[in-house]
Parts: sequence; structure tokens; C-alpha cells
Amino acid sequence: MRSVELKDLLGGLLMLVLGIGMATQASHYEIGSLRRMGPGFFPLALGVILAGTGGLILLSAFRAPLAAARAQFRPEWRGWICILVGLAAFALLGRHAGLLPATFATVFIAALGDRQNSILVASITAAAMTLICLIVFWWQLKVPLPLLPWSEG
Amino acid sequence: MIWQALSDLWSGFHVAVQPANLFWSFFGVLIGNLIGVLPGMGALSAISMLLPLTYTLHPIPAILMLAGIFYGSQYGGAIGAILLNLPCHPPHAVTCLDGYPMTLQGRAGAALGITMMSSFFAASVGIIVMIFASPLLVAVAFRFGPPELFSIMLLGLLAGATMSRGSPLKGVAMTLIGMLIGVAGTDAINGTQRFTLGITNLDDGVELVALALGMFGVAEFLRNVNRIEAVTVPIKMRLRDMRPSRAEMRQAFLPMLRGTAVGTLFGAMPGTGPTITTFIAYALERRLAKHPERFGHGAIEGVAAPEAASHSKTQVDFIPTMSLGIPGDPVMALILGALLIQNIQPGPQLITEHADLFWSLVASFWIGNVLLILLNVPLIGIWVKLLAVPYRLLFPSALFFIAIGVFCTKNDLFVVWEVLVFGIVGAILVALDFPIAPILLGFVLGPMVEDNFRRALLLSRGDLAVFVQHPISAGFIAASTLLIGARIYLSLRGAGQRLVRPPP
Repeated sequence: MRSVELKDLLGGLLMLVLGIGMATQASHYEIGSLRRMGPGFFPLALGVILAGTGGLILLSAFRAPLAAARAQFRPEWRGWICILVGLAAFALLGRHAGLLPATFATVFIAALGDRQNSILVASITAAAMTLICLIVFWWQLKVPLPLLPWSEG
Repeated sequence: MIWQALSDLWSGFHVAVQPANLFWSFFGVLIGNLIGVLPGMGALSAISMLLPLTYTLHPIPAILMLAGIFYGSQYGGAIGAILLNLPCHPPHAVTCLDGYPMTLQGRAGAALGITMMSSFFAASVGIIVMIFASPLLVAVAFRFGPPELFSIMLLGLLAGATMSRGSPLKGVAMTLIGMLIGVAGTDAINGTQRFTLGITNLDDGVELVALALGMFGVAEFLRNVNRIEAVTVPIKMRLRDMRPSRAEMRQAFLPMLRGTAVGTLFGAMPGTGPTITTFIAYALERRLAKHPERFGHGAIEGVAAPEAASHSKTQVDFIPTMSLGIPGDPVMALILGALLIQNIQPGPQLITEHADLFWSLVASFWIGNVLLILLNVPLIGIWVKLLAVPYRLLFPSALFFIAIGVFCTKNDLFVVWEVLVFGIVGAILVALDFPIAPILLGFVLGPMVEDNFRRALLLSRGDLAVFVQHPISAGFIAASTLLIGARIYLSLRGAGQRLVRPPP
């Protein structure tokens, strides 16, 4: 009885799909010949090799040794969402509101991703980073972003 | 030639001790040391976060600072491994095996002391190798044309893909992914927009810093959030404890020499990662030991050898990066990226055209290593306290530094989105057991590989035999074939896994 290694199965499949996708996209560019290669030649070759490698990983998934210790996969939605939203907040608020709100929001939202952080702790950390940002990045390094929504960029 | 090298080195010292250069070198070493101590942060994240700071600096202080961060963070990484059994810095994970038992036995000071001695010794050997080997390599490298450059990069990429931990197939896949990401942007030869998804911000290609910070910063946070336990530090360190006993010194001396040799050898081979180097140094010591059962229970050899290997490799790694323009590992890829940003093309002409930069870098290695010893001894108490900074405060602050740092690379908020995407991609790949370090190597080398491949075949009128007709190139191709053959043979025998896996 052989077990199937799920990670290799998914990973191999992912690489196979990515390789085929990249190769297909690359084949829309000019391929050229070996003597005079077009922009499509190299990515096409890489995509084909990637798909091949993906196929081999996929095959190796069926040859996994039995009873290999497998780490339990636990989703950590709260942490993930807070980190990603925090980062996105920087990009959005940096453009529409200014450097200080963006900094505060990023640190505050990301800090809430950890279950042990209270709103108070998150606020204090965010405020401290905002202060550092003001001194180091705006005053010293002169980052070209408006400081606050109403200040001139 | 030797006298030439020594007199160049002497003038390098003159440049390196100029106050501004000395200051940035010190700053890099200090920050690197600090970030290296912090759990969950490594040399890669430290360098990518501070890379934007170098845009305003002159090339020499910029590169001195980045190099300082690199080896500074390595000194820091060992501290967490020995005192708290924290394997957050992969190259130092193996140091935990014997370093932490030594701490439990109350010999933490001796372990740290021997780490610093081995590190300093190994770094010095690495620097000496660099001084004498680089000019020799340059003399050879001047004769490299496109076929030779393509073949040596192929060898480096293959070594990077197959010598990292885990399945070699997955390493190859990651290298290819990195190269494909490197393709994105405007084609250098005839201006076609490739893989830009119609987004004009991607016309210049993907930002190196965004890729590095996404894969090694954000992806790490996504993996670690709510999973790193708060640590308590029970140990009080005193200066007096840091001196190992004479018996311990004698015990550690030969392992230190052997570790240095392993690190030097692997540093010279392009593509081999730092983690595998330390594991091999450790495995070698255990193989040679009269009482291998002592390992894992506080054998000082198990601390001295891997730490020495890691530091000599760090220094020797700079040789191919600076003299051939071919980075040996992801950190070197970043440093290469920093040089390119400064409009300095690494390669054989670097040592002649930017002699002041090259030799002051070599000189600053020594200065930096002395500074690190001076710093680490009195500051060890502070570093120990820093280890207790909870991760729950650390990662939100680091996320801000990532966001603002990457913004500064282009003064454009679009790159923050790039970080976000690469963070998610990196986390998925890590969850599927893919090694992500080869991605960065592939990304940096990819465009150079394509360029040299196209040029070589243009010159040979499409004849692929050009890669084996040139003798130097044929040598690299033969080595690549040998590498693949050996990997296939080992994996068929099932021994490949045992070789690279950490000993229990």
C-alpha cells in the first residue's frame, strides 16, 4: 500500500499548470529561431521545462513512503487576513489619506492579527511606529508622500 | 601579483577607515546584529528592509553597510540558537543541536565565546582567500564570453536548486519560477512587453526588493503569526563566563579548522546555500568524532564547526559575486542588486574599474568583524533581553518597515501590492514544502542567463555545440551534468535525503 503525498500532488499540479500557462502566454510573443531568438523563445522553453518538472513532482507524489510524518495544517484566518489587510491599507491610505494614517493603520490592523494583542496594545504599538515614521522617514529621509489628508503632497 | 593585492588592500584600508565609510560599516554591523538576534528575522529581511536607505548613499558606504548587515546578522543568529533553541535562522538551526544543551548545562557563555572565536577565525580565513583568489579568478574571467557565462550560471542555478534542503525537483521548479518572474517586463533586445498582464507599472519588470520582502518577509509573518510562543530568558550573562576553558578550546580547535575548510569550499561553489554548508560541517564532525554519542548533548565541536563554516562561507561567497557578477546565494543576489542600483556592474572589470570599492569592502570585512567582537562582548546582555521582545509586537512594526522600505525603492505605492502578492505566493509555496530561496537566485540570474544564451547562439549562428566547443564552457557543462547525474544516482539509492537532512 502506498500513500499519496498530498502536498506533492498539489504542488506538482500547480507547477504543471503554471508551466503550461506561462508557455502558452510566451508562445504569443515572437519565437524566432535558435540563430535569432525572439522574445518568446526563452520564456517558452522555461515554461515547458517547468511543466515537465511539475509532472515529475506529481508522479513522485504517488511514490511517497508510507507513514511519513505529516505536519497538521491549521488555517490561521485571523492572522492572515489582518496582515494582508494591513499591508493593503498602506497602499490605499498612502495614496488617499497620507503617510501618518497609513502607518498607523498598517501597524494597528496587523497587530490585531495576533490573538494576544488587545486593542490598547495595538494602538500603542501603532502610535509608537507612527512617531518613528514621522521622525525617521518624513523628517530625516523626506519620503515623498503627503503627511496627512489635508497637507499638500 | 601578491604584492599588488597587498598594496591594493592597504589602500582599501585607507578608504574603509574614512569616517563616513567607517560609520556606515559600523551602522550596518550593529543593525545586522540587532535584527539577527530578533526571532523570525534574518539577513535577507534585514538587507531588503535597509536597501532603500542606500539609494541616497555613495556606492562605497552603501555596499559596506549591506555587507556589514549580512555578517552582523550571522553573529546575531547564533545567539538565539544557543540561548533559546530558536532555529529561526536556518543556517544556525544546526547550532541549536549542541548549543542549547550547553546552555542547559550552564555553559552558555563558553558556547557563545567559542562561536565568536570560530566566527572571527573563519571570517579571517575567508577574507584571506578572497584577497588572493579574486584577482586570480578575474584573470580567468576576462576571457569569459557569452558561452562561458551561460554555462557557469547554469551550473550555479543547478547547484542552487539541487543543493538546497528538500526535494531537488522542487528546487528546480522554484528556480524556473524565479527565472520566469525575471522575464516579466520589457524585453531588452526588441522591446516586447512580456508577462506584464497589461499593467504599465510592470514595464520595468518586477522589483527585486518587493520579491524579496514578499517571499522572505510577509510570507514568514503569515506562517508564524500566532504560532511563535513567547519566550522567557532565564539566563544572566556575564563577561567572565564568555571565556571557554582551555580544555574546551583544545577540543574545539580542529573542528573549527575543518568547519572553516568546509565553508571555504562551499562558498567557492556557486549556488550552495548556507544552511546545507552548516549541516555538512556538523555531519562531518559527528562522523569524525571518537564518541559520536556526545553530539546532541552539548558537544562543543557541534557549535564550533558549523559556526566556522557559516562565516567562512559568507566571506568566500563574495568572490563569485564581485568578480564574476554571479551571486552564490539569495543574500548575494540582493547585494548584487544593490550594486546594479548604484550603476556598478559586478564582473571581472569591477576590481580594476572600482578598485577602491572592492578593496575597501575587503578591508571593511576585517574592521567589521573586529567591531562585531567588540560589540558582542559587552552588549550580549542587551541582545539577550532583545530576544524576549514578543513577536506579536515585532511583526506589525516590521510590516510597516517593509511597506515604507519597498515604497522608497521606486517612490511608487504599486510595489506595495507586489509585496502583497509575493507574500501570498510565498506562503502557499512554503506550505507545499517548496524551498523559496532558489526563486531569488533564479530571478536575479534569469535575465543574465537569457541574455548570454541569446548572444552565444547569435555568435555561433544557432549552433548549440558552441557550449561544449569552448573548453572552459565545456568544463562547466560537464560539472552540471555530473551534478545532475549524482543527484539522480543518490535519490535512486535513497541516500540523497540522508545526506542533506539534519542529523537527529
